[in-house]
Amino acid sequence: MKADKNGVLSGSHVLSGNQACAEGALAAGCRFLGLYPIVPSIEISERFLERAPQVGATFIQMEDEVSALAAVLGASWTGKKSMTVTSGPGLSLMMEHLGLGVMLETPCVIADIQGVGPGLGLPTHPAQGDMMQARWGSHGDYEIVALAPSSPQEMFDYTIKAFNFSERYRIPVAIMSDAHVARLKETVLIPPADQINVEPRRYYEGAKDSYLPFKRDKDFVPRMVDIGQGYRFHVTGLTHDDRGYPIMFEECQEYNVHPLVWKIRQAADKIVEVQETDTDEADVVVVSYGATSRAALKAIKQARDSGIKVGSLKLVTVWPFPEKRVAELAKRARAFVVPEMNCGQVVLEVERNTYGEANVFFVPHGDNGVEHTEDILSAIKQASQTNVAKSGIIELA
Amino acid sequence: MKANPKDVLTGIYYIDGDVASGYGALAAGCKFVAGYPITPSTEAFEAVCRRGPQVGAVFIQMEDELGSISAIVGAAWSGVKTMTITSGPGYSLMQECIGFGAMLETPFVLLNIQRGGPSTGVPTKTGQADIMQSRWGSHGDYELIALAPDSPQEMFDYTIKAFNLAEKYRCPVMIMSDECVGHMTEKVVIPEADGIEVEPRRLYTGPAEDYLPFKPEPDLVPKMAKAGDGLRLYITGLVHDERGYPVEDSAYKSKYVRRLVDKIRLNRNNIIELREEGTDDADVIVVSYGISSRVAVKGVEIAREKGIKVGTLRLVTVWPFPDDRMSELAKKARAFVVPEINYGQVVYDVARCAHGDANVVLVPHGGAGVHNPNDIADAIEMAVREEKKIEGLVEFKTRLQKSVFEGGFKLKE
Amino acid sequence: MEALRTDSKQEIHPMENLLRMDRMPHIWCPTCGIGIAVTAFTAALEKAKIDPNTVSIVSGIGCTGRVAGYVKLDSFHTTHGRPIAFATGIKVASPKTKVVVFSGDGDLIAIGGNHFIHAARRNIDMLVVCVNNFIYAMTGGQVAPTTPLAAYATTSPYGCVEPPFNIPYLADSSGAVYVARWTTLHVRRLTNSLTEALQKKGFAVVEAISPCGMYYSRINRLGDGLDMMRFYHDNVEIRHGEDTKNLDIGFQTKIICGKFVDRERPSYMERYNQWLSDVKTAGRRSGGQRGSRK
Repeated sequence: MKADKNGVLSGSHVLSGNQACAEGALAAGCRFLGLYPIVPSIEISERFLERAPQVGATFIQMEDEVSALAAVLGASWTGKKSMTVTSGPGLSLMMEHLGLGVMLETPCVIADIQGVGPGLGLPTHPAQGDMMQARWGSHGDYEIVALAPSSPQEMFDYTIKAFNFSERYRIPVAIMSDAHVARLKETVLIPPADQINVEPRRYYEGAKDSYLPFKRDKDFVPRMVDIGQGYRFHVTGLTHDDRGYPIMFEECQEYNVHPLVWKIRQAADKIVEVQETDTDEADVVVVSYGATSRAALKAIKQARDSGIKVGSLKLVTVWPFPEKRVAELAKRARAFVVPEMNCGQVVLEVERNTYGEANVFFVPHGDNGVEHTEDILSAIKQASQTNVAKSGIIELA
Repeated sequence: MKANPKDVLTGIYYIDGDVASGYGALAAGCKFVAGYPITPSTEAFEAVCRRGPQVGAVFIQMEDELGSISAIVGAAWSGVKTMTITSGPGYSLMQECIGFGAMLETPFVLLNIQRGGPSTGVPTKTGQADIMQSRWGSHGDYELIALAPDSPQEMFDYTIKAFNLAEKYRCPVMIMSDECVGHMTEKVVIPEADGIEVEPRRLYTGPAEDYLPFKPEPDLVPKMAKAGDGLRLYITGLVHDERGYPVEDSAYKSKYVRRLVDKIRLNRNNIIELREEGTDDADVIVVSYGISSRVAVKGVEIAREKGIKVGTLRLVTVWPFPDDRMSELAKKARAFVVPEINYGQVVYDVARCAHGDANVVLVPHGGAGVHNPNDIADAIEMAVREEKKIEGLVEFKTRLQKSVFEGGFKLKE
Repeated sequence: MEALRTDSKQEIHPMENLLRMDRMPHIWCPTCGIGIAVTAFTAALEKAKIDPNTVSIVSGIGCTGRVAGYVKLDSFHTTHGRPIAFATGIKVASPKTKVVVFSGDGDLIAIGGNHFIHAARRNIDMLVVCVNNFIYAMTGGQVAPTTPLAAYATTSPYGCVEPPFNIPYLADSSGAVYVARWTTLHVRRLTNSLTEALQKKGFAVVEAISPCGMYYSRINRLGDGLDMMRFYHDNVEIRHGEDTKNLDIGFQTKIICGKFVDRERPSYMERYNQWLSDVKTAGRRSGGQRGSRK
């Protein structure tokens, strides 16, 4: 399906990452924003609100982040593509409803503009400390998709992708950006509406009286209907059967929850997206995502200039993690270098998937700004000279 | 330091895990409990409500879980030992303040009686699917300690240990129990007070004008003070310097947040507690925690009867994770078998630490029940027969899964 | 007799069209009042002549939280305390939908208290039915924000020391346009109030006081549900239009019931649409237009 012209501001614009995210949402057909203001995500809401009357989108500023995501889930069941935007502390508050979204299989998008945590941290400084939280932050078993844009253009593109994944697999999708990309102003090309693919909602089309809200297709994704159509369906956060009725014994738990993880795990090959350069002959592969990949790409160029065979694996989707690709590369490369703006999160996944075949170097974020390359460069140099040690993650000071 | 005899309900009891944990908290000197009713953890809170006033402990039922955890962080800064009690959905709501507590280096204990999830799930039945959440559930970087007791007696003992670790490392400590252990009634022996070691708060005793609330000791843990002692504390969840003042300087970010993580990572060998049995010459090692480790005993027994050399490794502390020991064992054993009541959580860390030296088999269970020991035994057998090195997790197909998805099974009310 | 039985099989429950008969029997204990509140609600829905296909019902967690699952409408069983927030999303995204929140006192007033007052302040067009049984019953009898002073609960084993919320006063002072309170003994009056409230534009609150024969009355030694009903019969005073300040409920004291608030205030969507047309015609920063919005 093509995008609705109404929401697409085609042309070339200079936009901040946050503004591009709002434009991406409107282009993807998002017509409801539930929000609660938190630095550094506010510009997304501001842009969305400014454009909402022209586009015909609705919004509400709720009393907290808990209710913001609750409202988004409610709105999604009316047939509107819905979104909320937040930052670390807000994301923590949204954790319960992330689980509800998973259990009700409600498509929605959460944009998390990461600042430094934990607690209040440094709200205006960029970090990537919520990456594992997006995967594991709500109680119980679930799988979602998380994307990590590294530029305003990607904020636009990945926001559309996020809505498409959420509709395709009926899940909450997280856009894991950060304060750096959010504020960065760059040229964003917004294509004409007929060049933007948007995933339509997977509606049920059979007879009204035989609708089962959680009857799964072969890909484990059930079909949805809007409220107010006379289906009079029931959905619940309790463990439920195809009818959506709560049944609380272990067979039903297996019947209900295992497919929730299968629908993502078994489609992982279709969902996972990475951008690779020169990985095939590389001695060292730099695995990066989001803002860090901006610095990583620069460092890689410098390292190549000094003669090191280094490739780049940039994660577009952080979750699901490109397990197979990392395992493949581990067999060829000598080492991975993983720069992150945290104390070690995605690097653990890299370590897990190397199976002892390559060293893993972790470069935590220093004090010198996001796009500082020196630490990454020296890690690449060290990695290219170290033999396989199988000793877990080697962290660089 | 020994426990205060007034706090200890010495005797032999026949109580459930929830109640035992409540009594453990009182014995450890906990003087403030804030909670919000949530099945299946309510009995622990009720136990404190009944017994608390007799030993001078205050309790309050807050308006929600957000309020409960905020209240105990506040109470901790008034100088008392504190605890809150919850289950899955409440735990999700507490995530923001867990990070806040970690940032403030506030000692407190959180008892999570896990149930079937996600969302409301199966409130009355068991699960172990919050275990990764206990490590990663709040935003930003932090490290904390999580314990997984497997019997009412351990619920008592490890609640005391949780308080001791919280005071020693000034960090939130999670007791990641589950509905089975919480509602399991067994004999619990509460010893005399002089048989219970309790860790006192690491209070600052020097002159008021020299006090720096976040100046670390050699073990990276700073001394604490309490409100009302005339130190005029300034405590904030923003990144702060040693005085506690917020700083907009990224140098402090890497220095300060890093210490929060390092104070646990570098002390991990003092924190980690494992129970190993027959691991040294085992072909297969069963890694388990909480209720699953009790079920695993039977599975291991069945496998041993078939002549398989099986060792068991029980994670008493799940976090910090015993990376080094796991890597060491991976070099010796052929495979790890990990039964847990979720669709794969701690098994990822086992696989990570195996570094490709041993295969890793997950025996999953969605919750609302425990494993069938025969599944664990079969998984052990499968693991020992596998000669090849397998990349990726091997997910064992349980009898439950087969019966639900392959046996023409129909759900009935 | 045999013939009678066959007949009764064909007999259709009058509420069958609005209930999920495939989910009966329900989980509520004998002598609980929640079923009565549901019956009153379904009767009101018919009396108000609202097309059931346009109604969405949202519940939270708890005994009353299970209502959504038994009513044959588009129904959502959500998280604890958040049904009003969830329903706000539905209403704002789809204004033509009639939204009903049906939940308990703990769900709506304790954990959901913030959403309750903010939805009232915004005057979101929805009906909130709050079944008040003075206790957390689903979890086994803990103290609630409505538990009267001195009443026992498992988490107030020495008697409740916290003063309870006066729900009508809270709703009134937060801006609700319709506030009524009945007990589940007053089925006809409760139905009438619900009918009025369903037709009201804006945030309407109906409190339905219900016996909890399993926990509240047992732990407080008040007999069973029938004794509680008898107590309502003897101790309820109907005072329409009473100042909501005077509606506190003590332990086994007089309960004042009636319709207390029925007023007009522009609803959230009315204000929103007004704003929208202002912006579309006069632009975002039009001061004059702004002044015209009360």
